[in-house]
Amino acid sequence: MKKQMQLVQCTVNGKEVAEYVDVRESLLEMLRNRLGLTSVKKGCEVGECGACTVIVDGETIDSCIYLAVWAEGKNIRTLEGLEKNGELTRIQEAFIEEGAIQCGFCTPGFVMSATVLLERGEKLSREAIKKQMSGNLCRCTGYHNIINAVEKVMDENFEKKDET
Amino acid sequence: MYDIENYYNAGTIAEAVELLKEHPDARIISGGSDVLIKIREGKFAGTSLVCIRDIREIKGIERMESGDIYIGAGTVFSHITNDPVIQRWIPVLGEAVDQVGGPQVRNIGTVGGNICNGAVSADSVPTLFSLNAMLRLSDGKGGRTVPIRQFYLGPGRVDLQPGEILTHIVIPEREYMGYYGHYIKYSMRNAMDIATLSCSVVSKTDVSQGILEDIRITFGVAAPVPFRCEKTEAALKGMPVGEELYDTIEKMVREEIHPRDSWRASREFRLQIGGEIARRALIRTIELAGGDPS
Amino acid sequence: MVGKSVPRVDAYDKVTGRAKFTDDLIPDKCLTAKVYHAKIGNGIVKSIDTTEAEALDGVVKVVTFKDVPDHCYPTPGHPWSVELAHQDIADRNLLTGRVRYYGDDIAAVVAEDEVTASRALKLIKVEYEEYPVEIHPRKSMYGSRPPIHFDKKDNVLARSNYFIGNVEEGLKQSDTVVKRSYKTPIVQHCHIENPISYAYMEKGRIVVVTSTQIPHIVRRVIGQALGIPWGKIRVIKPYIGGGFGNKQDVLYEPLNAFLTTQVGGRPVKLDVSREETFCNTRTRHSIEYDLTAGVDQEGHLLAKDMMAYSNQGAYASHGHAIAANGLTAWRLQYACPNIRGEAYTVYTNTPVGGAMRAYGIPQAAFAIECFMDDIAAEIHMDPLEFRRRNLIEGYYEDAYLKPIAANTNGIFECLKKGADYIHWDEKRKEYANQTGFIRRGVGMSLFCYKTGVWPISLEIAGARLVLNQDGSMQLQLGATEIGQGADTVFSQMAAETLHMDVEDIHIQSFQDTDVTPFDTGAYASRQSFVTGTAVRQCAELMYQKILDYARTLLPNEKRTLSLDHGYIYAEKEPVISLEEVALESYYSLTNSSAITAEVSTQVKKNTIATGCCFAEVEVDIKLGKIRILNIINVHDSGKLINPQLAEMQVHGGMSMGMGYGLSEQLLLDEKTGRPLNGTLLDYKLMTALDTPDLKADFVELEDPMGPYGNKALGEPPAIPCAPAIRNAVLHATGVAFSEIPLTPQRLIEGFQKAGLL
Repeated sequence: MKKQMQLVQCTVNGKEVAEYVDVRESLLEMLRNRLGLTSVKKGCEVGECGACTVIVDGETIDSCIYLAVWAEGKNIRTLEGLEKNGELTRIQEAFIEEGAIQCGFCTPGFVMSATVLLERGEKLSREAIKKQMSGNLCRCTGYHNIINAVEKVMDENFEKKDET
Repeated sequence: MYDIENYYNAGTIAEAVELLKEHPDARIISGGSDVLIKIREGKFAGTSLVCIRDIREIKGIERMESGDIYIGAGTVFSHITNDPVIQRWIPVLGEAVDQVGGPQVRNIGTVGGNICNGAVSADSVPTLFSLNAMLRLSDGKGGRTVPIRQFYLGPGRVDLQPGEILTHIVIPEREYMGYYGHYIKYSMRNAMDIATLSCSVVSKTDVSQGILEDIRITFGVAAPVPFRCEKTEAALKGMPVGEELYDTIEKMVREEIHPRDSWRASREFRLQIGGEIARRALIRTIELAGGDPS
Repeated sequence: MVGKSVPRVDAYDKVTGRAKFTDDLIPDKCLTAKVYHAKIGNGIVKSIDTTEAEALDGVVKVVTFKDVPDHCYPTPGHPWSVELAHQDIADRNLLTGRVRYYGDDIAAVVAEDEVTASRALKLIKVEYEEYPVEIHPRKSMYGSRPPIHFDKKDNVLARSNYFIGNVEEGLKQSDTVVKRSYKTPIVQHCHIENPISYAYMEKGRIVVVTSTQIPHIVRRVIGQALGIPWGKIRVIKPYIGGGFGNKQDVLYEPLNAFLTTQVGGRPVKLDVSREETFCNTRTRHSIEYDLTAGVDQEGHLLAKDMMAYSNQGAYASHGHAIAANGLTAWRLQYACPNIRGEAYTVYTNTPVGGAMRAYGIPQAAFAIECFMDDIAAEIHMDPLEFRRRNLIEGYYEDAYLKPIAANTNGIFECLKKGADYIHWDEKRKEYANQTGFIRRGVGMSLFCYKTGVWPISLEIAGARLVLNQDGSMQLQLGATEIGQGADTVFSQMAAETLHMDVEDIHIQSFQDTDVTPFDTGAYASRQSFVTGTAVRQCAELMYQKILDYARTLLPNEKRTLSLDHGYIYAEKEPVISLEEVALESYYSLTNSSAITAEVSTQVKKNTIATGCCFAEVEVDIKLGKIRILNIINVHDSGKLINPQLAEMQVHGGMSMGMGYGLSEQLLLDEKTGRPLNGTLLDYKLMTALDTPDLKADFVELEDPMGPYGNKALGEPPAIPCAPAIRNAVLHATGVAFSEIPLTPQRLIEGFQKAGLL
């Protein structure tokens, strides 16, 4: 077991990053430990709970089962990258309004899953939203208000589209 | 931090084969959703890895002039589901792999990994069996092509030789043209689960005559390897569409599959479910063909 | 402010990822500890060899059971008792050579990094002498050789019973006597954040930062476990990713504290994996019940008898308190002249049972509420009507434990709301005579739940308010925010009593036992009631202190002073701003004395909350699947402090209750007691796609005991869903299942037995 380090260059939350990482390291560990992005939570380490969900090139992945070296050349987004100058994104606001947050540990992962879903611009049924949010586990909320928050913003987006 | 001894990255098929030959103890890693978990579990702890994620040639889906569909082994599940070729010609495969785990896992898990780990619960495999898929294996020289049914040797064991990698899954045109398929994954949850039992039915119906012309029935988790119900298939071919057909499939499947008892589910239970999901899957394929299932 | 759905005070930090949890605070160069778990289910360690592990590069320290203090300590998150007879059972060491369950803690490795620690664990060589494993309480209670704990020869941790009236006589007078047995599974809390802590030494003291519901209790238990003065320990609790009772137990914090002392006080983290969380922390007790009841022709209960057998697992933890709580519930709420109850809590070779949301009541309510339906079926009576005939209306009190009482009782209003929502009468008729393989049914269940633990245990809470220079207020509590919204409702309570805006109350979210007032923590749905009482008293004290100080600044003012939203009023005229008062209190050259208020309050009250669940299901008989079409919980938890947060609590509890009824169970290998499905893949927690839309409703009666008319709400929502679903399946199919979860296999077997398949 020799320490095998490798340079990874990627974009994280809009900024170019160059980091030497251990090839044994997960993206979760790189984001948390090297870049201080602690919104990325560790819940199971086997891709079952979704607490570590981040967006890589427009798709959600569980960063616990994704090696850091695979981030080379990728565009990575974490929850820290959503807020702009203290202003929350609409889905973040909706999580607050709809009472979708309790202990807050799963919240970052859920917000990232919701963000990708909303950015896709599709109008989905409530059931289809649930399917797209089913890779994130929550023990506090029973999911109801989380799905409400996503549905609310999706509806708003389509009302806006209808107006234009 | 994963307990990985050495990590090698392959950019091309040739490089991958070279690395595998150079490091015969190394395992192939593609999406990682299976291998990394086994490293963490301890099963593969201390292993060396040859990573094939960067190999462009094994990603994507193409329908050749021959009509045969080539699916790159490195294609992730969500890309299969969203692929226009799949949606147009073999939607059942896209639907099947859309039932793997959750969205995040479907964005990293590859169909090649799903096949090569040999898991009998793999969601892509029953459908690939029912489509009589061929596997294209590369060894840096000529390589070989094998029917997927011959690739499975036993529980968790496949016929992947040292220095070989799976590059493509080929669905010949004759195997899907005119056929309709439906996959039922029976599991304890609607998401984030592995199959307790699964069944993929691919059938061809003469709608005007109301006759089932051809059928292929494959089960996951009903035997040590994915299992084609050949006896049942033979008995059903040519039967008129209707209740008798459905009762026959339900009854015969229960006689033909041989699931085991485990803490996950009993054999008795799996037999009950097996007959029922085969029946429902068949009815659905007839509906898809435009037939009147009653 | 009370009664309003103000947004959570921590919402912004949580939705932006800024909220810091334990793992987000780990210092650089922190060492990693991992525990060596036994590979057998019962026996002793004959020999252990750590030489190779110690020699591995990067290993800092290896300790085994031989190196730890040899006295035992208790772990449950109960207030300590100064009376020996009421003290929690001390039956655990930091590490053990006497393996009592599969995965018991034998040794620990401290290493520079995780991979090294894992590799070192593999190099530890252990030889065992194995004893037979017993995982069933009703077998284990006849004793084993050797017993699981030497001082409990028959493996019975505790037994308790009571009699009201004469059950035998009552049964004789009954027209119908019904006997049934029920069983509940072992389940796990599955908070998304696993237990995690790190410990280091500072000025000769041990500091432990940990994900816990009970920081002050953790401090005491570490002191007891290590045999050091409690003042030498400081426990800090950051935000925590759920607890549900698992973190109402002292888990690996004492070992973590010990390990830092073994490496010269360097920081050591002990990050419990998901698999360890399932196997090595705590679970909900599996309890088996034998129930008997007699009713007259009108459907009145004349006598009832409960025998309960609770599977404790290998260590006492919360022990008999769980089964005893269910036993108490058996004599509440329904009128019955003759009642008997008896419960055993039995050591077995299984993972340890501890506290979990609603503390023994989900188990008891499952048995009781299934039983109520089964009796109703026996006498051909509508199960809701049967309950109405037997429920006590209005005030009632417990026969033994004073002052536990339903000071307000909204159960009939709850039932009405639930029945209306689910269209009970229509659907009971509509679904009465179905055929075919897809059938529907409606079912319901109800419960009652105490608020806090008085008089069974002590109730004490502390609160401190500090007036800031700008007229805003610091609020410091030993009570903990664990996701339920405690910080928000406490802020609302303080704002209410101080006539301030919630934004001007700054609550301290991290507890630090060096700083925060003494409070036993989050459990028993106690905080809004007990700590709420302390907050109210503290705010009243602060209010008076502000006015007293203001009066010193207004020597000529004779009118009555009051405080309202930043101003001191003399009758209706604003005379001075709170900010001016505050500034003077800090910086007056003649009269400065910063204004603080602090209380430590013992609360000798208890009041009973209640509620119900109504569910409509569709059963796919041939596939053994249940789909919940509609489900509602209706709660009487007194006045709601924050209706939105209350609804959120109910949703979460319903989800947990549905999982309990349908899919969750920790399965154990019969031969070794090893968990078979201790991962989030194999333990079937509901996903969003498995969860129906949820409906929560309330009956808000103002309870005279609650500081703001409120009573228990945190735990109760988890109680009634499982029996309501089971009863709906009974209605749909006529099959009376006696055990949860209603997994497809259990359903198929039941339907086959009943001839439906």
